[in-house]
Amino acid sequence: MATIGTERDQRPSPDALLAEAKRETRGKLKIFLGAAPGVGKTYAMLEAAHERKREDTDVVVAVVETHGRRETERMAQELEILPRKTVEYRGRTFEEMDLDAVIRRAPTVVLVDELAHTNIPGGRHLKRYQDVEDILAAGIDVYSTLNIQHLESLNDVIERIAGIKVRETLPDSVLATADEIEVIDLPPDELIKRLAEGKVYVPEQARRAAHNFFSPGNLTALREMALRQAAERVDAQMVHYMRAHAIAGPWPARERILVCIGADSASSRLVRTAKRVAERRQAPWVAVYVETYHHLSLPEAEKDRIAQTMRLAEQLGGETATLQGEDVVAEVLAYATEHNCTMLVVGRPRRKGWRRLYKTTVTDEIIARSRAFDVMLVSSDDTEKPPPALKTQEPDDVFDWKGHILAALGVAAATGLGFLIDLWLPLPNISVAFLVAVMLIAMTLGRGPAIFASIASFLSFSFFFTEPRFTFAMSESQNILTMVFFLISAIIVSNLASRVSGQVAATKVSAKRTANLYEFSRKVAAGATEDDVLWAVVHHVAATVHGKSLVLLPHDGHLRIAAGYPPEDKISDKDNAAAEWTWANGHPAGRGSTTLPASDWLFLPLKTARGPVGVLGVQMAGQEFLAPEDSRMLETLADQAGVAIERTALVADVEAARVATATERLRTALLSSIPHDLRTPLVSILGAATSLYDYDQDLDSDSRKELALTIQDEAERLNRFVQNLLDMTKLGSGALKPNADWCDLRDIVNAAVKRSTRLLRNHQMKIDIDPSVPLICVDSVLLEQVLFNLIDNACKFAPAGSAITVWARGRGGHAVIEICDKGVGIPETDREHVFDMFYRVQAGDSQVAGTGLGLAICRGLIEAHSGTIKAEPGLYGCGTCIVLDLPVGPSPELGLTPELGVAGPAGVARAAGAE
Amino acid sequence: MAKILVIDDEPQIRKFLRISLGANGHEVFEAETAMQGIERFRTLRPELVILDLGLPDMDGQEIISVLREESRVPIIVLSVRASEVDKVEALDRGADDYIVKPFGIGELMARVRAALRPTGNEGSTGVLQVGSVGMDFARRIVTRNGREVHLSKREYDLLRFLAAQPDHVLTHRQILKAVWGAAHAEDTAYLRVYINQLRQKLEDNPSSPALLITETGVGYRLRTS
Repeated sequence: MATIGTERDQRPSPDALLAEAKRETRGKLKIFLGAAPGVGKTYAMLEAAHERKREDTDVVVAVVETHGRRETERMAQELEILPRKTVEYRGRTFEEMDLDAVIRRAPTVVLVDELAHTNIPGGRHLKRYQDVEDILAAGIDVYSTLNIQHLESLNDVIERIAGIKVRETLPDSVLATADEIEVIDLPPDELIKRLAEGKVYVPEQARRAAHNFFSPGNLTALREMALRQAAERVDAQMVHYMRAHAIAGPWPARERILVCIGADSASSRLVRTAKRVAERRQAPWVAVYVETYHHLSLPEAEKDRIAQTMRLAEQLGGETATLQGEDVVAEVLAYATEHNCTMLVVGRPRRKGWRRLYKTTVTDEIIARSRAFDVMLVSSDDTEKPPPALKTQEPDDVFDWKGHILAALGVAAATGLGFLIDLWLPLPNISVAFLVAVMLIAMTLGRGPAIFASIASFLSFSFFFTEPRFTFAMSESQNILTMVFFLISAIIVSNLASRVSGQVAATKVSAKRTANLYEFSRKVAAGATEDDVLWAVVHHVAATVHGKSLVLLPHDGHLRIAAGYPPEDKISDKDNAAAEWTWANGHPAGRGSTTLPASDWLFLPLKTARGPVGVLGVQMAGQEFLAPEDSRMLETLADQAGVAIERTALVADVEAARVATATERLRTALLSSIPHDLRTPLVSILGAATSLYDYDQDLDSDSRKELALTIQDEAERLNRFVQNLLDMTKLGSGALKPNADWCDLRDIVNAAVKRSTRLLRNHQMKIDIDPSVPLICVDSVLLEQVLFNLIDNACKFAPAGSAITVWARGRGGHAVIEICDKGVGIPETDREHVFDMFYRVQAGDSQVAGTGLGLAICRGLIEAHSGTIKAEPGLYGCGTCIVLDLPVGPSPELGLTPELGVAGPAGVARAAGAE
Repeated sequence: MAKILVIDDEPQIRKFLRISLGANGHEVFEAETAMQGIERFRTLRPELVILDLGLPDMDGQEIISVLREESRVPIIVLSVRASEVDKVEALDRGADDYIVKPFGIGELMARVRAALRPTGNEGSTGVLQVGSVGMDFARRIVTRNGREVHLSKREYDLLRFLAAQPDHVLTHRQILKAVWGAAHAEDTAYLRVYINQLRQKLEDNPSSPALLITETGVGYRLRTS
């Protein structure tokens, strides 16, 4: 059906264009619509198929029911027929369409007879039209047939006209979204003639019913309905076309229809009627249910019926809304006003007996108060039970024995009190004691016991305290008034009290729901990683449904269990199929839904604005269907979960992008640096090596040693550069993880100094480490690399012969290490930047060139240890000090004093003087 | 001098080792794959194996285990920097020493000499004099500059364990298991504290140790030369 917008401008409506575009990628559905069996739909379909085949179209038959008609059979056999699938059900075998085979075969057009057919349980879908949806989604055109009586919204009309309850129904939306409808029309007389000739297939067991069904009156009515459907379709298509092509039109006035749902069985009729009215008026419609505190006390069967009615409304293409509030009428009217509804559809009130006298129904009130709306009354069916259109009355409770007994005790106590008052404090009106008792009973026990208490109080009062005493007779009119006041106050107070307690209960439920959502969003928001979020989701959902839950995420094109509570690592193939279907189609599947209901799990899609992210599986403890509030809650949870999962994926994406950018920058920087840094040592090595080889005889031994030393030095320089490149690459890609362990800082400094021996030949090395420096928890190899780079750097910039100092102290949980040289120092403006990659202080050609990597690596490694590194001017402003500050980490659990290792006399090394 | 088997897939490295080890009077045999190496080991029975951990056909660590099942031959592993985990694993699997690539020949020859030195029973009965430090494990006496040094039992055990294989790298885990027991195999902090105490008592300059050498990220070695 075309959706109707309000704009009247000349641009095509985006929604309409979108729908049009979507339609183009899907296969097209053509329905051959008939008024009754036997009009020749299948034959017409086959004829059309042959027509297409003559045009060289790839036409295949998936299902055609020939019912033994010879010419139909012959026509079908001239086409390619896909084999059907045999399904076992309750010991019998049935033949069903092989949906997977059809999609695999992927013809241009496939023939699927009898669209309203219900599949044998165990297949993928409950209904054949759902199979057809899948085929269309695969881009295959479908020809199908349908009798008008199978249409969901006409279901009850047909039942009334023909007296036959049609069980195989089809949502109207299927017909509405069909791309083409061809009405196969046959005048009733001819059809009856064909029936008489035995040309119409009728199953044996339905022969008598069929006789009634095929009456001229019925057939005429059905024919009219089929033709009208088709005509409406043409209208809809026209509007649709006009809208999509921005043809200024006389648009149908914007209308919106609201249908009020109650807990009774007539509600489904109301929904169907509303749907028909809405269709005819080209108007969107919404089914509304108002949840009062009574809803909580409704029997489960009625709650289920409401849920089913709401589902029916959704299936018929309506919106649904559940409102909360005490005043049903006010809520409905407020909603209607807010959503620009023009018409209200309500059930005709039915009242039995004496209730008619005092009881106003919701319907009456709606009519009285809804001056701005059209109201349509829909009659209830006589054959159905006649409950009121919308229940506002509590269902009759079982007699509250406990309440009444307590009330009796209360009255007895009041009587006792009355005697005491009578004895000690002669008050003129003892009835006050009874009034208090009645009020208390009304507040705590409800209306029934309250009325009982007021009557009992009255009787007790008149028996014990009024003249003549010990008879029920009363002489004073004042006392009769007392009786009346008792009754009135009991009713008022008990009504108020039960209303308040009902509201409290409803508020509690609503608060619980809000708290649940709030808690959930807090939990998933707190999860930083995908694992955290998934865990929060499954845990929370499982707790909400009092069952199990699963999250499945796509992995290599298949769904994989990403989390489960209680943990689950495998689901059956059946369940998996349902999950995959949900993933592919974005609709719920599995237990409690209409698709693959044989699955043990119910699967809900996790969708966000950017598309599906995964599937949520739930298994409720014991129950088959979810209550609407649970189902709505679950959907909200699924939405939030989808967003949260997407968020973590986005974080990972951003992180990946950051790494990619860093890597790219590094690559660019390296490409510009490598020619210089790599080639300079190579030039020296190659030069020295060739000199040694070529002029071996001409060189004296000092020169030979000099050249060999050059080769050695430059090779080592190259090695350092390569090491730095490797470290930098690892840092850039985040692959460098410190492998921290308890280390002695002195060891690390010594190792670094030892490695730098050859670099340090022209300098003095001073090591000043306080003996009290604690053990520090670091990756000793990485820290050694840092110190080595810093010493290397100091050697480059400090004048020959000057001292390089490594100094270290412990400072309350931190270790501070300084590497100081007496070089030219770093200009203040550069101090921040020397740790940037490839940053080199501009200091003229005479300066030894650094690679611009060493300090950057130092910073990377120190930061990986949660430490800091900075450059400061040296002592008296001379030279440079690089200051490292490292957290020591938690104290190692040594629990030993320096001599704790001594263990008894045997343990002491014998003291014996060697002198 | 000694028969040395070099297992390395790089011909340039084999050539360099052949020439320089040959110049030191050793007899050098080469293998370029793990399988060939194991085969030549079985036929030649060399006195020392120099093994590159990065071979194309088999994980170098596996070869150590294979060789260790068959003999006590000293194995020196060639490894790269920043793969301390590999080094430790190689040592724990029974390799005697490692050397980081790239390396100078002087460094290698020192390791080769240490590996070829018979690992006698100095640890339990022998006497060892390194610089100013004298160790007489038969009499349980440790001296420095001729004066007896008082050591706690743990310190003494630790020193004796290191001295049992002088110049060999011993991993943290090996030392901790031997001296503190298997339950403390991961408690490197103990080790750091005791090594420090030993250095304070034995080294001339404890902050620049000459006897008890730290192998960063791997373990310790007691240096005799």
